[in-house]
Amino acid sequence: MSRSSMWGAIGGIVRRDLLLAMRRRSDAAMSVFFLVIVVSLFPLGVGPEPAVLRTIGPGVLWVAALLACLLSLARVFTADYVDGTLEQMVLVPQPLAVLVVGKVFAHWVISGLPIVLLSPLLGLQFGLSGESLGVLVMSLLLGTPALSMIGAIGAALVLGVRGSGLLVALLVLPLYVPVLIFGAGAVTSSMAGIGGEANLSLLGACLVLSLFLAPWATGAALRIALE
Amino acid sequence: MSTGINWAKYSSPQALYPLAGRLIPWFSVAAVALMGVGLYMGFFVAPTDFQQGESYRIIFVHVPAAWMSMFLYVVMAVWAGIGLGLNARPSFMMAQAIAPTGAMFTFLALLTGAMWGKPTWGAWWVWDARLTSELILLFQYAGVMLLRTSIDDVRRADRSSAVFALVGVVNVPIIYFSVQWWNTLHQGASVSMSTGSKMAATMLTAMLLMTLAFWMYSIAIILSRVRCIMAERESLPAWEEKPVTIQKIAEAR
Amino acid sequence: MQWGSASEFFAMGGYGVYVWTSYVVTALCLGWEVLALWRRRAAARAEHRAMLLGGADETAA
Repeated sequence: MSRSSMWGAIGGIVRRDLLLAMRRRSDAAMSVFFLVIVVSLFPLGVGPEPAVLRTIGPGVLWVAALLACLLSLARVFTADYVDGTLEQMVLVPQPLAVLVVGKVFAHWVISGLPIVLLSPLLGLQFGLSGESLGVLVMSLLLGTPALSMIGAIGAALVLGVRGSGLLVALLVLPLYVPVLIFGAGAVTSSMAGIGGEANLSLLGACLVLSLFLAPWATGAALRIALE
Repeated sequence: MSTGINWAKYSSPQALYPLAGRLIPWFSVAAVALMGVGLYMGFFVAPTDFQQGESYRIIFVHVPAAWMSMFLYVVMAVWAGIGLGLNARPSFMMAQAIAPTGAMFTFLALLTGAMWGKPTWGAWWVWDARLTSELILLFQYAGVMLLRTSIDDVRRADRSSAVFALVGVVNVPIIYFSVQWWNTLHQGASVSMSTGSKMAATMLTAMLLMTLAFWMYSIAIILSRVRCIMAERESLPAWEEKPVTIQKIAEAR
Repeated sequence: MQWGSASEFFAMGGYGVYVWTSYVVTALCLGWEVLALWRRRAAARAEHRAMLLGGADETAA
């Protein structure tokens, strides 16, 4: 198996999924709207004092991004599962783990990247400024792909199962905790003046780990679901 | 002729079922005996703690329960891995049998941890690495069990919960580390659930005895549960019915 | 023995509520698990006996 065919396979999947998503642009928009609504709920619940908002800002933004990723998981494999494309994918000569990376990457571009791009605006709402805004974007840029890769494991496990919406949340949220801690921690450290590099490196490590381990687990789960 | 035990013989439920049945009484007796000695030592031999007074005696159930919750998760993950690797039904059944007991010990660890934390630190709950990891562990046990009950096809249920169990085993150390890290960032939460003072030898012994007792109890319960699972999943032929009963049933026809 | 009297034992230096709640809940959980398994086993056996008796005509002795 040549390297070019592997990249060719990933590229093919990414192109296909992005094309399909272009035809249903509402999917990307839904992630963004959800994020904005959830983030707006917190000041309404907690009160508008700037000092309080600045303290809870990193956590709120990160939890909202995490929940938006969680909700988008319902769309990662379902369409292909329903119309039989997933079964074809499993039979292809390239390793399933590689195809999974392509599929999840495309899913991230549609559902996760908009979150990253919108985050500075939302950060301003919570009184974040300057360097911490940059750290926020960086943390989400590293973190949301990790959340997508990890979440794909859960999505694959519950394919076609009744009540899968809540079940996938229960499965995936414990796995999200380290990413949340390092992600929000990066922004908090930056705001406290000690710099977000340490947390960002740990976040990067989570991303790399998820890129290596999650596709195998996801592939195994997909094969189990398709038997 | 090989001198070892023919392990392959035990890869079928029919052989495992009576073996498990013979082992259960031994482990049950061991559990009761160890608990008796452990509790006696814990309450009547171990001295009062200098810092914590009598409240520290909760550790004789808290620490064993916490350790069991973690051991059992790892053992469950091992059976899950063996099941996935060898495609053996009994391995999945063992994993299925372990989960409820592991979840129970996790719940007990959390509850007794809160009972210990309130008089010692003034708070029912602290977000230290150990308690938080315990909480995540409870969610993971719940995930393993819910995957099984939500999926109707038994084979898929076996294998899906096995995959999730293995993923969870990787997650717990990562969680532990990340929460410890998080605690160092937010300096306010500097309490920890470890005993401050060095433990007297009698305290340690009582704790270890109780841990062993919980181990014996767990083995007895899990073997018992795996027998129920085998009876429910495989059709239970005349494995355990005594010959007299079979005779009676035959005559009743 | 270090307890002067039974009431001292139960009071546990003022921490009685915490200590005894822990032990009682532990005992209840362990006991409940044993009981639930005993009932599960009885149910499985009863169901199987019914199956043996009910399907008598199809299976050979």
